[in-house]
Amino acid sequence: MADISIKGLKKTYPGSTELATNNVSLDVAEGEFMVLLGPSGCGKTTLLRMVAGLDFPDEGSISIGGRDVTYLPPQDRNLSMVFQSYAVFPHRKVRTNIAFGLVMKKVPREELEKKVAWAADLLQLTPYLDRYPAQLSGGQRQRVAVARAIVMDADVLLMDEPLSNLDALLRLDFRAELKKIVQQLGSTTLYVTHDQVEAMSLSDRVAVMKKGQIAQLGHPITVYEEPADRFVGGFIGSPPMNFLEGRVTQQGALEVAGQSTEAPEFLARSAARSGGLPVMVGIRAENIYLEDRGTPGTLDATVEVVEPLGHATLLTVDLGGQTIKVQVASTVRVSSGEKVGLRFDQAAIRFFDTETQLGLTA
Amino acid sequence: MLLIAPSIVFMTLLFGWPMVSGILQAFGGPEGLTTANFTRMAQDPYFWASVGNTLLLIVVMIPIQFVLALAMALLIRAKPRGSSVYFYIWAIPLAVSDLAAGLVWLTVFTDRGYLNSVLASVGLEPFSWLAYDNYASMFMAVLIAEVWRATSLVFVIVVAGLQSIPKDYEEAAGVFGAGFWDRLWHVTLPLLRPSLQTALILRTILAFQTFAVALALTGQNFPLVVGETYRWYTGLQDANVASALALVVMAVSMVTAVGYLKLLKDQSEAPR
Ligand SMILES: Nc1ncnc2c1ncn2[C@@H]1O[C@H](COP(=O)(O)OP(=O)(O)OP(=O)(O)O)[C@@H](O)[C@H]1O
Ligand SMILES: [Mg+2]
Repeated sequence: MADISIKGLKKTYPGSTELATNNVSLDVAEGEFMVLLGPSGCGKTTLLRMVAGLDFPDEGSISIGGRDVTYLPPQDRNLSMVFQSYAVFPHRKVRTNIAFGLVMKKVPREELEKKVAWAADLLQLTPYLDRYPAQLSGGQRQRVAVARAIVMDADVLLMDEPLSNLDALLRLDFRAELKKIVQQLGSTTLYVTHDQVEAMSLSDRVAVMKKGQIAQLGHPITVYEEPADRFVGGFIGSPPMNFLEGRVTQQGALEVAGQSTEAPEFLARSAARSGGLPVMVGIRAENIYLEDRGTPGTLDATVEVVEPLGHATLLTVDLGGQTIKVQVASTVRVSSGEKVGLRFDQAAIRFFDTETQLGLTA
Repeated sequence: MLLIAPSIVFMTLLFGWPMVSGILQAFGGPEGLTTANFTRMAQDPYFWASVGNTLLLIVVMIPIQFVLALAMALLIRAKPRGSSVYFYIWAIPLAVSDLAAGLVWLTVFTDRGYLNSVLASVGLEPFSWLAYDNYASMFMAVLIAEVWRATSLVFVIVVAGLQSIPKDYEEAAGVFGAGFWDRLWHVTLPLLRPSLQTALILRTILAFQTFAVALALTGQNFPLVVGETYRWYTGLQDANVASALALVVMAVSMVTAVGYLKLLKDQSEAPR
């Protein structure tokens, strides 16, 4: 087993001027489950490919278990990988696809068959073992790719969106299953996903990437509750965090949408010094409560759209010309056009600098 | 039916008719159909020599050509600097006719050719490479010329085949611990099977027809089957035996093609 240490990785693809990864540094502890999360094209696959040895960085270094592997070919790194494109061998049956890595490692036949049967059972592929990949659905093919990776007992497990092509139910199943397997194997895992629920539920830590850089690295709950900047807040969460333009006055009041409430200590202090401070107020939909219009401490707003989601109801609300999302319990009865009061959970409000977009903390 | 009628007519005129007349000629004699032409063909002293030479050439040449073509194609796939230039250089012989190729190599191997001048300049005895009593060196000369001339066909087909294989498969094999030879054997070659099959069939059939290179280099000293056809037709003025020979070459070619298709048949019902 091995930890991964990535230092200052820079990579530009030939024929491109943009950095695909820009000075990425990341330490993944032994046995840790690290999720890479970020919008399409932010460099997640590129980072994974460099860890795998499929691409080499222009600058920086990668070491696995204390050994510098930056320019080592993939076969010398003792890792296994689920490719975003699956890369399931078309000329081999499911059985020999799953066994490929074991054959290369010259694992004895008996053990090999046991492992293949185990992985096939786990990923519900047993009925398809003697088929060719062309005779499988996309999701089944993806499961073959996952099975091929988990039989390896590798030090490092790299997974590039391994559940992206499964239906919601299977995905839920396999998410839990995968978490269990990886814990059993104890592999150090780098896991790429677009799906932030997956990221939250699986990871020990999350690295949110943006344009080839790591925007925030931390415990999933921390990243969710205290996004380091506006991008992270806006990317994580469904619906994403609401952002409102506001201002802290010299007197220490927070003005939002033409109405004012009390500002937190540290902002009031710096506003008093600078004579007023423009801020970006961030608040998540589930941290806003619906009250009657006119209740003290609430902001006047108008409901525009009501979307029942089953477990909750999502409201689109107009607050002094700015549109925000509010999530309320599904038992709450509101209709569009209704005039309401909004109470923000003071502890859940986050503030961001209007220029740098970075989070402001005490 | 009406729509394909013109092409049927064309096929009959251009392909069917010459074939039928060729077959008739092969079995034709002064008094009706006969197999006498085949007997005469087989009794000719050059015939079995030419068959032996042709087979030997095929057996030695084709493996060499495939290994060379594959090596060059893989080299290009690895994308070293200037790989596109290599491609054109290696594809050039494709445009050279076989007689021209034979003449080019004749200037190398002939008694006062480049090879002997080089030998002389380093103080070695010149050697009669193409003399009829030096069978081995004659064979080598024909072999080298043919390899030079005809490998590019295999090469071009293999390059095209490689280009249609996504890199992912080789990359995946690498991640799962396969080194260069394992990747080649377990991934690249199986995926390349259709291209290799095409190249093998084409190359073997064309190899049966090798003739101009040997003629240019050795005259009649290194007889090949199609060369014999030519000799019967022009030298001995016997169109019937020439047709019989041509028919034999065609039959052998067809049997070989079918044999390859059967032998290399993909066991997977659904490749790719
Ligand atoms: N082979 C390549 N050649 C040139 N540019 C590339 C290549 N592969 C990726 N890129 C570029 O590098 C950037 C990062 O790509 P990458 O594949 O790492 O994104 P990603 O985060 O994995 O996205 P997705 O979530 O869509 O898979 C993109 O802007 C992409 O266009
Ligand atoms: Mg990707």
